Amino acid sequence: MRRFTLIAVPYFWLLVLFLVPFIIVFKISLSDTALAIPPYTPTLDLNSGWEGIKGFFADLDWENFTFLTTDDLYWKAYLSSLQIAAISTLFTLLIGYPIAYAMAQSADEWRPTLMMLIILPFWTSFLIRVYSWMGILSNEGFLNQFLMWTGLISEPLVILNTNTAVYIGIVYTYLPFMILPIYAALEKLDASLLEAAEDLGCSRLTAFWLVTIPLSKQGIIAGCFLVFIPALGEFVIPSLLGGSKTLMIGKVLWEEFFSNRDWPVASAVAVILLLILIIPIVLFQRNEQKQREAEGQ
Amino acid sequence: MAETAFAPWNDESATPLIQFKNVTKRYGDFVAIDNLTQDIYAEEFFALLGPSGCGKTTMMRMLGGFETVTEGQILIAGQDMNNVPPNKRAVNMMFQSYALFPHLTISENIAFGLKREGKPKPEIDARVDEMLRLTRLEKFAKRKPHQISGGQRQRVALARSLAKAPKLLLLDEPLGALDKKLRQDTQFELMDIQEKTGTTFVIVTHDQEEAMTVASRVAVMDEGQIIQVATPADIYERPNSVYVADFIGDVNIINGHATRAGDGYDVTYAEGTAPLHAKTSNDLGNSAKCALAIRPEKVSITAQKPSKAANTVKGKIIDIAYLGNLSTYHVELANGQMMKAQAANTRRLERRAFTWEDSVWLSWTDTAAIVLEA
Ligand SMILES: Nc1ncnc2c1ncn2[C@@H]1O[C@H](COP(=O)(O)OP(=O)(O)OP(=O)(O)O)[C@@H](O)[C@H]1O
Ligand SMILES: [Mg+2]
Repeated sequence: MRRFTLIAVPYFWLLVLFLVPFIIVFKISLSDTALAIPPYTPTLDLNSGWEGIKGFFADLDWENFTFLTTDDLYWKAYLSSLQIAAISTLFTLLIGYPIAYAMAQSADEWRPTLMMLIILPFWTSFLIRVYSWMGILSNEGFLNQFLMWTGLISEPLVILNTNTAVYIGIVYTYLPFMILPIYAALEKLDASLLEAAEDLGCSRLTAFWLVTIPLSKQGIIAGCFLVFIPALGEFVIPSLLGGSKTLMIGKVLWEEFFSNRDWPVASAVAVILLLILIIPIVLFQRNEQKQREAEGQ
Repeated sequence: MAETAFAPWNDESATPLIQFKNVTKRYGDFVAIDNLTQDIYAEEFFALLGPSGCGKTTMMRMLGGFETVTEGQILIAGQDMNNVPPNKRAVNMMFQSYALFPHLTISENIAFGLKREGKPKPEIDARVDEMLRLTRLEKFAKRKPHQISGGQRQRVALARSLAKAPKLLLLDEPLGALDKKLRQDTQFELMDIQEKTGTTFVIVTHDQEEAMTVASRVAVMDEGQIIQVATPADIYERPNSVYVADFIGDVNIINGHATRAGDGYDVTYAEGTAPLHAKTSNDLGNSAKCALAIRPEKVSITAQKPSKAANTVKGKIIDIAYLGNLSTYHVELANGQMMKAQAANTRRLERRAFTWEDSVWLSWTDTAAIVLEA
């Protein structure tokens, strides 16, 4: 019984925060637009009894999903989102790993401070931080002013409202999510393993490649998922930093909802996005499970 | 006999494989190794013995190249090692913590060093199989380190360090986690390997019996210094200090005052008792405070005063420790000094000659005891 209650808590959580909203969105995606509040039909009317329920289900159809396939905007947006998310994840890894490594190598008394520095940006609103990037990257922004002052460039670089700005924004925003799991893995690493590798004939570099990297693999995978998954559906960063050419599914979703007020199509877009996300999430969970098994628990 | 002949440390012309020259290692203010000078010769089986924290691992780590030397020099085969990284030394080390790679299987762990040498795969496989057989790990070849027991892990660590057949092998407590039988078998394996390959072993152990069994020489350490280096027999029979006598095996220490007499010393240890006599070549000067060290098995215990013994003392049995083949009698002398005497249990337990509270005589010859500086 106690066991049951313990398990029931996370399941209840999942039900309330994930399943119920998902069912609502899914239902809307099967509905039609209407000039009403809420802006779709049918709505479930329990007062008209069994007939009402039957009529309600009869009105639901896959029309909106079919519509998504007719306009290539949508699949282009999905693809472009996947691409942007993947490339940003790669950059985040390339920047995050050395930082995590340096943290793990630093003296014990420095580690809490460094950890604080990594988490510190979260104390400011995400939106404000993205806005400040606009100030940095714009044509008259700090970056261009600085580069022109040093004489490296004579014309301002156009960064804001391009994909480059989106990459910068995503890498900046999600860097801590990459650093923390990798740092956790590297911190656990037993230094004597590297000594053993060197003893057996590895140079520092090969020891890093053959011991450090494989033993931080779980951290790398966790970090990549923690960056890739939210980056895929990212909306704020592409809308604020990206240009008209930046195509991301989060932005499309927003526009369907709020500009077109086409809730059913927007919901269909969201449902597909979720399905795309479920694949990496399942992979991620499998990875976690494997790790737990590998650690013998 | 080959074994008695192997004594390069007595040979003026022999060049040592390893030379510690005034080596000091400090961690901050703490002196872990204190101005240590020691030669170790090729094909030796050199055992380091000493209490926990005396610097045994530190010595090994400096040899392996994992710790820098604060002062002094370490030479291997005549070459100064101070700036040579571990992977450039023909030395393999078995770590006290084993340091097995958790992401690799047992056989991959063993193959790790061989692969770095770029040997062909069949050769590596053959060598790994040989090592698995040697350490009796065949059944576990495909497992990961966390899936085997502590003793098995220790054997993997041993196999991994042996695999490359290095010129110099450093073993930091290689057999501590094994049961007695397996430990003895592995000891003989090690000696066998040593004989076959001519590898030089430096081994740290907490087990004196092990050091005695395998070592060509034993070094007894204390607080970053080597107190005595000698063959197992010498270190047992002729310790150079109370510390060594006490550290190796069981010993009776009688403190007293030595005065020269004949070819040795007379030692007075209590008022109103005859002095004890011990032959020795140790020179304490004419008259000095001293400690007499006598091994319990060299002390005879009898009911009557023996007529011919060089040294006799009277006492009362306080305690008897039954060890199966032997019994150790704890005897209190008239002055309160406790002494241990060991006797073989040739009779059945219930027919034992002595029991608690018995008055007995202890006796030993004039060569049994060693006179040491107090
Ligand atoms: N990295 C270090 N920093 C400071 N002190 C150290 C360090 N490594 C070892 N020491 C100290 O040096 C001394 C010798 O350590 P060492 O590991 O050589 O002991 P040991 O003889 O191998 O002991 P044991 O038998 O317990 O393994 C110890 O007092 C230890 O506390
Ligand atoms: Mg040690």
